[in-house]
Amino acid sequence: MKVSVQERDFDLSAEVAAISKSKAVGAVASFVGVVREVPMTLEHYPGMTETAIRKIVEEAGSRWQVMDCTVIHRHGALQPGDQIVLVAVASAHRGDAFAACEFIMDYLKTQAPFWKKEHRPDGARWVEARASDDHAAERWQGAPRKKAS
Amino acid sequence: MKVKVLFFAGLREQLGTAGEEVELPGGVSTVAGLRAHLRARGGNFEQVLSEKALVRAAVNQDMVQPTSAIKAGDEVAFFPPVTGG
Repeated sequence: MKVSVQERDFDLSAEVAAISKSKAVGAVASFVGVVREVPMTLEHYPGMTETAIRKIVEEAGSRWQVMDCTVIHRHGALQPGDQIVLVAVASAHRGDAFAACEFIMDYLKTQAPFWKKEHRPDGARWVEARASDDHAAERWQGAPRKKAS
Repeated sequence: MKVKVLFFAGLREQLGTAGEEVELPGGVSTVAGLRAHLRARGGNFEQVLSEKALVRAAVNQDMVQPTSAIKAGDEVAFFPPVTGG
């Protein structure tokens, strides 16, 4: 497992290649979040951020077959079109890879301590959390916990 | 007892501080108790930590509920609902 909170950009193909080396890996699902329209600054809680993401990945590993996983989240100043976040999950089959990737992303949105500040022409403002993000994370609570094969 | 209190994002900006050591009076033993203690200072603290304000908390870098216990030496962080991803 690799968890990194960093200012620098990341290379999707290199990260996917790094978790695809095992011959048992048959599926890699990845998600990349991109800055939309407005420049922003991302603040985080150093130390807690990494711990929170690791816990989410471990929880995903207890529900689905996760052979390897990389989560990279950037902080600092970001421009429209910049990559913000990467979640990549390697598994034997696509079902586990897709589900674990989406689960990690949904929980990251509500549990990992990041805050976005948008810089608009009329001034800067902190982005408000959306109830839809809480709902996205909550829908996993009733989801099966056993590992699919 | 003394705890280390941290503020992030909008809370840090509105309060004008990233954190401080806080000496707690006897009887304050939960996150909600600490929040009420800080709120009682008045001014920005009263406003930013008001009961209506959506504020999340972590104790020793673990997200917790308001009823969670705190002890001497803990790092207690207050912040708005998170908006990463």
